[in-house]
Amino acid sequence: MNFFLLSLIKVGLVAAVLMTTLAYLQWVERKVIAHIQLRVGPSRVGPHGLLQPLADVIKLITKEDLIPAHVNKFFYLMAPILAVALALTSISVIPFGPQINVFGVETYMQLTDLNIGVLVLLAISGLSVYGIALAGWASNNKYALLGGLRASAQMISYELPLALAIASPLLLHNSLSLREIVNAQDGYYFGFLARWAIFQMPMPQIFAFILFMIGAFAETNRIPFDLPEAENELVAGFHTEYSSMKFAAFFMAEYANMITICALATILFLGGWHPPFPVELGSGYVPSAIFGMAAAIALFHGLNPARPKDRFTLPVFAIAFFGLAIAFAIPVLNSILLPLFWFASKTGFLLFLFIWVRGTLPRFRYDQLMRFAWAWLFPVSVVHLFATGLLVALYSN
Amino acid sequence: MDPILFFIFAAVAVICAISLIVQKHPIKSALSLIGVMGSLAILYLLLGAEFIAAAQLIVYAGAIMVLFVFVIMLLNAGEEKSPARPSWFAKLLGIPLMIALLGILSYVIQRAAPEGSLAFGEYTGGAREVGRALFTTYLLPFEITSVLILIAILGAVVLAKKEL
Repeated sequence: MNFFLLSLIKVGLVAAVLMTTLAYLQWVERKVIAHIQLRVGPSRVGPHGLLQPLADVIKLITKEDLIPAHVNKFFYLMAPILAVALALTSISVIPFGPQINVFGVETYMQLTDLNIGVLVLLAISGLSVYGIALAGWASNNKYALLGGLRASAQMISYELPLALAIASPLLLHNSLSLREIVNAQDGYYFGFLARWAIFQMPMPQIFAFILFMIGAFAETNRIPFDLPEAENELVAGFHTEYSSMKFAAFFMAEYANMITICALATILFLGGWHPPFPVELGSGYVPSAIFGMAAAIALFHGLNPARPKDRFTLPVFAIAFFGLAIAFAIPVLNSILLPLFWFASKTGFLLFLFIWVRGTLPRFRYDQLMRFAWAWLFPVSVVHLFATGLLVALYSN
Repeated sequence: MDPILFFIFAAVAVICAISLIVQKHPIKSALSLIGVMGSLAILYLLLGAEFIAAAQLIVYAGAIMVLFVFVIMLLNAGEEKSPARPSWFAKLLGIPLMIALLGILSYVIQRAAPEGSLAFGEYTGGAREVGRALFTTYLLPFEITSVLILIAILGAVVLAKKEL
């Protein structure tokens, strides 16, 4: 098939899925935080608030687009564009699955595979500081400026341990291409233990994974490292002066960065799309079983409704889950859906971790944040990198 | 495709470089410099030196220039005031000297350039080749450079912190 046509179809698919995920991640976050805090969360628009993202989008688009008089107009307008464009670009090197065959067309479940995929992601995450820093500076507002300054200082500091934590699994995988990194984690020890980087000999990368996740929280400006937008000190930090879609652009950028960094963690440490235990032990039946159970539970609660409206909504969900369970059992779809399922569930678990931490931990103080990065995180990741290098060198001889 | 991209990004690099000098506000100059670095990275990529392109973006655009912008924002540096009366001496000698410098530079580059030409994408500078060259052929310069950078960092700490 024509290369351009194929690429266009793939870009359209990935963009549609990414945008939907961005919108619904917001909904999931609000729901999960609400349940952590014993609230209900969004529940008015649609069943269980499922149409809330749509309502939010309409609200943000139709809101008045305000440009304050005292801002530096060019950079003020450039900052959100820069932030969201860089955040959305990075998804293009992420591989979601292996080579597949759709109607006779062989293609990879990835937009483009670069020999330097990891470095491209690092470069884009390094450049994404400018969106936030410029927003803070161009707003011509002291709170926004402080937020922008904090963001740039924090992102420079945490990029070091993050990059060092990425470097040690690379020593094991011996490649910078994300697809080859995932392929290097194929196979099982003793027939059941996956060869993911966090289990891989000679140096299981579990500590690098923890260091990477800490750095990831700081890079995406999430609690407990969300000092750039600490609302009780800085109003809203770098986006104080932004409204309407420009404000939404920063949020989209934050969520897109979260998705990218979770996908990167999945690829580097959790074996990408490889299942946690081999097909011979039945990993192919896991999604069908999970969705079948979800359908059964939804059906049960639909037949014994706690609220009157559950009588209609829950059976609909049950039918949807049942359809998914059947789709995963069909052999033709299996080869496409199974890798996607494992990739999405690992990434989804890490995203849930981000939300979980937000509901659990308080915010750091600024000096604690800096001391933690330079006096603890950085030396530990250097030592870890040296240890990995030594073991890999000894093992390969 | 390649020559078109080359001319686009070469033009962007030159325009950004001129803007870097002409701009009065330091943050605009810094952002123009980022534009220069970004287009240089793309030129490296066109040649096939993908690792150097990525390193250019990560190190220069992503780390050093962030620090520049950070310091400019921290000091809240405003627009530069141009001197009331530019000196006639600079006006008289500036343009001929610049032309002379450009001439000498182009002559030297012409002389130093190796025979034959390199096509787009021909240079193979992957991460593996660069790493091997750094740790074999260029080991001594590489180590000396790192020691130099270390000394610079120590000097900065000593200068910035009066009491250790």
